[in-house]
Order: sequence, then C-alpha cells, then structure tokens
Amino acid sequence: MAIAVQAPVQTAPTARRGEFLRSMPLKAKVGGGILAVFVLIAIIGPAIAPYDPSAINATQSVALPPNAHHLLGTAVDGGDILSQLLVSIRGTVVLGVLTATFAAFLSVAFGVTAGFLGGVADEGLSLVMNVFLILPALPLLIIVLGFLPHSGQLPTALVLSILGWAWGARVIRAQTLTLRGRDFVAAARETGEPTWRLVVFEVLPNEISLIAANFVGTFLYAILTSVALAFIGVANLSSWSLGVMLYWAQNATAINIGAWWWYLPPGLAVAILGMSLVLLNFGLDELGNPRLRRSTKSRRRARGTKAWRPTDPTPVQRLEVAP
Amino acid sequence: MRFITRRLAFYVVAAWTAITINFVIPHLLPSNPVQVMMARHPEFPPSARRALEIQFGLGHQGSLLHQYVVYLGHLVHGNLGISVLNYPASVVEVLNNTVPWTLLLVGSATIISFVIGTLLGIFAGWRRGGWFDKALPAFTFVQAIPYFFLAELVLVLFSSDLHIFPAYGGYQLGDTIGFNGTFIASALTHSILPALTIIVTSMAGWMLQMRNVMITTIGEDFVLAAQAKGLSTRRIMFTYAARNAILPNIAGFALAIGFVIAGALVMEIVFSYPGVGYQLFQAVTNDDFPVMQGIFLAISATVLVCCLLADVVYVLADPRVRTRAAY
Repeated sequence: MAIAVQAPVQTAPTARRGEFLRSMPLKAKVGGGILAVFVLIAIIGPAIAPYDPSAINATQSVALPPNAHHLLGTAVDGGDILSQLLVSIRGTVVLGVLTATFAAFLSVAFGVTAGFLGGVADEGLSLVMNVFLILPALPLLIIVLGFLPHSGQLPTALVLSILGWAWGARVIRAQTLTLRGRDFVAAARETGEPTWRLVVFEVLPNEISLIAANFVGTFLYAILTSVALAFIGVANLSSWSLGVMLYWAQNATAINIGAWWWYLPPGLAVAILGMSLVLLNFGLDELGNPRLRRSTKSRRRARGTKAWRPTDPTPVQRLEVAP
Repeated sequence: MRFITRRLAFYVVAAWTAITINFVIPHLLPSNPVQVMMARHPEFPPSARRALEIQFGLGHQGSLLHQYVVYLGHLVHGNLGISVLNYPASVVEVLNNTVPWTLLLVGSATIISFVIGTLLGIFAGWRRGGWFDKALPAFTFVQAIPYFFLAELVLVLFSSDLHIFPAYGGYQLGDTIGFNGTFIASALTHSILPALTIIVTSMAGWMLQMRNVMITTIGEDFVLAAQAKGLSTRRIMFTYAARNAILPNIAGFALAIGFVIAGALVMEIVFSYPGVGYQLFQAVTNDDFPVMQGIFLAISATVLVCCLLADVVYVLADPRVRTRAAY
C-alpha cells in the first residue's frame, strides 16, 4: 500500500498494480489465491456438478469408493459426493459473505459513530459492544436457531452477524479515535465540511484495510460457526452446505465404516478455506504493521546468517522508486 | 481503582443483559415446554395441561413486567425451572451433574493450552526466522480445522483403530462416582482425548498472537538497553520482553474464552462427554427449553467470571492500568 502511494505518478497504472501485487506478503498471496479458487467454485460449482447432489439411488445401500462414474465416490444412499461438495461450497461461501457483509455494516456504523462522537455516546456504544463481545455466541445461536423455522440462509446469516460484529466495531472505534485528532481531519473541518463528509471522505478511506481485515475475520467466524451448528443438526438440513454434508456423513457413521471419501472432502474443504482466510488476515496484518514484515534485502541477508536477533535494527520496508 | 469499579459496573450490565436475553427468548419462540411435554406423553389427559402450566411457571400470570419480576425472583432463589427431558428433575440438578465435568475438562485444557501456546510463542518470536518460526504457517492450518472434525479423526484413530483410549463417555459405566482410585483413573483416561483435541486446536491462537507481540516488543529500546547491560538471554527473554508482550494475551483471554467454550461444547457432543455441551445437544434435540436456558445462563456466568479473573490478573500484571483507565 505504501508503495502504491509513493510510486511516481507517471508510472502506468498496470505496472503500479503489478508492483503492488508483488509487494503483497507471501501469506496474503497464498491465502488470497486459495480463497479465489473457492469463490470461483461457489460461482460455477452447481453448473459443473456432474449429478444432482440430492439425487439418490433407491437400489443402493453401500457407500461406493471413488470410481470412474463418481470421482469422489457416493454416499450410502447413492448421492454423488463430488456434486454435493461443489454445491455445498456455494452454500457455505454465500453464508460467510452474507454474514461478513452484515457484520461489516454494523461494526462500521457502531465503531465510527462511537469513535467520532466521543463522550457519552462513545461510553454507551462501547458498553453495547463489550456486552455483545462477552455474550457466549454458540449456546445462544443453538437456542435461537434451533427454534427459528429453517427457512433459509438469510435468518442464519442475520443471527450470526448480530452476534459477530462487536469485535470489528471495537477495532474500528479505536482507529477512528486516533484519526479524529489528525491534522487532515481538523483541516477539512476548518474548511467547513459537514460531519458526514468528514466521516465518509476523510475517516473511512483510512480504515479500508481495517474493515477488510475484519471482513475476513468475520467470514472465518461465520464459516466455522455455521459448520459446527449444521454438524450438530441445527440448520436447514435440506439445503447443501459443508456442515450439512458433515452432518449426513456423521449421521451414517461414515467414519466408522471407513468411507473416507465421504467425510474427508467436506472437512478438508472447511479447513483449507479457513486456512486461506487466516493467511489472508496475517498478510493484511503484515501490510499494516511494518515490524512484522521484512524487506527482501534483510531476508536475503538472513538466509546467510542465523535467525534475526533482537539487537538487529528494526526491519523496515525499503522502497525502490523507479526512475 | 477507577479501572476496577468501571469493569465491575460493566460486568453487572453484561450479566443483566444475559439474564434478560434468557427471559426474552422463550417469549419470541413459537413453542413452549408444556406443548412439548404434552406431545412427549400422549398418556397425559388434557386436564394435565393446566397442572403442567403451573409447574413450568407458564400460563396467564399478568403483564410481561410482572413475569419478569417473578423470573428474577426465581433466579435469586436458584430456581431455574424443571427439565422436560429429565422430568421431574429440576434444571439445577441437571446442571449440578454436568457443569463439574465441563469445568474440569475445559478449564484444565484451556490453562494448559494457554501456557504451552504462550511459551511456544515466546520462543518463536525470539528466534524469529528460526526453524520453529518457519513452521508456524502449518499451525494456521490446525487453527482452521473445525474442532469437531479433528475430534472425530482423533477418535477413530486412537479409539476405534488402536483401542488406546475409550471412545465415549466421561467414565467407565458401572463405576461408582466418587473420590476413589478406580473412578479417578477411569475419568482421567476418558478425558485425555477430548482434552488433547482442545489443547491442539486452541493452542495456535495464543501462540501466534504471542509471537507477533513478542516481535514488536523485542524492537523496543528497553530490550536493547537490557542487552547492552549484559543481562543473560533468559532474563531478557522472560522478564523484559515476554513480561510486556504477554499483556495483550491476557487482555485477549477474556475474548478467547468464549470461543474455547463454544468449541468445547461441540467437542463434548462428538465424545459423548457427560458435560454441558452434550446436555445442551440433548436438550435441543428433545426441545428441552428450560435446560437450554439454564445452560445458557451457566455458560454466561462462567464466561463473566473468567473475564473478571483475567481483568484482575491484568491489573496485577500491568501497573499502568492501576493509575489510568486503559480501556
């Protein structure tokens, strides 16, 4: 990000974008790449699924291992695992995106308002945030979702985001507090900008990376929580998601009958998707905190020597500006 | 002191919120315990409905405010209602049978994972770029695996295939529960697998945060000054760098404990461990509202007490908060 700002203006936009991509930490690249694959599957998955995921074969009573017709084998009832996986990834990714989007709106609204207004409003809103932060989400979700009619993903995403926005709001509030006192905000205020313009055009653009990091974090929380809920049966079991797949596998004791092709794909899919989000978040963290990042120069030097020692100078990203 | 009083006021508000949510939820949901009881016991005559309504504290009892006051009164006297599933046992009896199991298992596993994770984080941060630090991205994978999925794999490997550890339950059926050798031994062997799973999955979080803060702290001038004084590496590592780097981890403990408990709930279901999570699962599958509410209250209370303890430790560990409010 720093490079994009300091690069000379005359550089062509494409070159600048390429440089920006190269300057991304490796973790962010790997995480973003894996996530892109999952998003792609979420978009085209149901279209390329070879079978109807819910189609069952009434004459079949054993789970078939992977074969030429069913690349990932079948469930006990003859359902094609590959098709189920492709369709389920869409369900889980959509739920994650919905939840993260709702939660992002809530945390920006609460965080920016509390941080910008300060005083009594800040005290009150902070109290609300901290209470939501401390309430045990999972038992509450089990109770509420267990009794809501399982009409679809929207209610689940809403409940998940209502219980998952507080952490982001706290971080954004803290950032807004520091931004509010900066000179450029004061300067904009002096020119007579109304408060909403100060918030939208001066404060928010400086919080984009923070909001993105929180989006990724909430995404992860939504996926892990919804999978856990579906696994214990608190979900709409007739619509496919990775958690629902695991529920049916567990229900048919897939692990005990050794049907690894049934329970491993959804479990690994959740783990890999989760890992990509964790890596992406670390990458965003490194982008924002130069101390966690090491310049290519110091990395090259470190290869020859031993591990970095505390007495070494703090590694700072060196900017090579093109002539 | 101001810090402590502010936090205490916050905990009072948080506890009140949890209690009120617990009161509001059943009023929003479409079903109630009496309907469930009538459905579960077709042999009950229709006239039993009124008796059950009185027993479960339902029916027409005036305004919502009046019901709220009655509910608070019951709560003060430790009356959480009657379980539908274990009728006529009270919710408090059900909790008495399940909470100690969870408290022992999750409590000890959390403390072990916090200590090990923090220690590993100190070493990874100190030897930045060393072999252990390079292996860290592997832990992000462990962190992202769903708790229960890992639990199932562990269960199959060590129990069904290798027959090293028992597959389910908290103790050998037939053993008398009490303070005797065979029971304690049996309870211990039953708790090893669930505890290991909790430790493995929750450790990575502590470790990664500790490592990152450690790296930032090591860059501070006072660490350099300590090094210049010629202090021993161990002393600088623990009493200078780690001593300061651990503060965010303690502050984060309050937030993480909720996640740990949530993960442990699902884990108990996989291992059929006789704790709160398994009881909650049974309550949900059997529409046992009063037990669900009781468990929610119990978990909320536990989380609040844990956070309070973390706050006290934080005040003891960081003298700065004693003079000014840190957050």
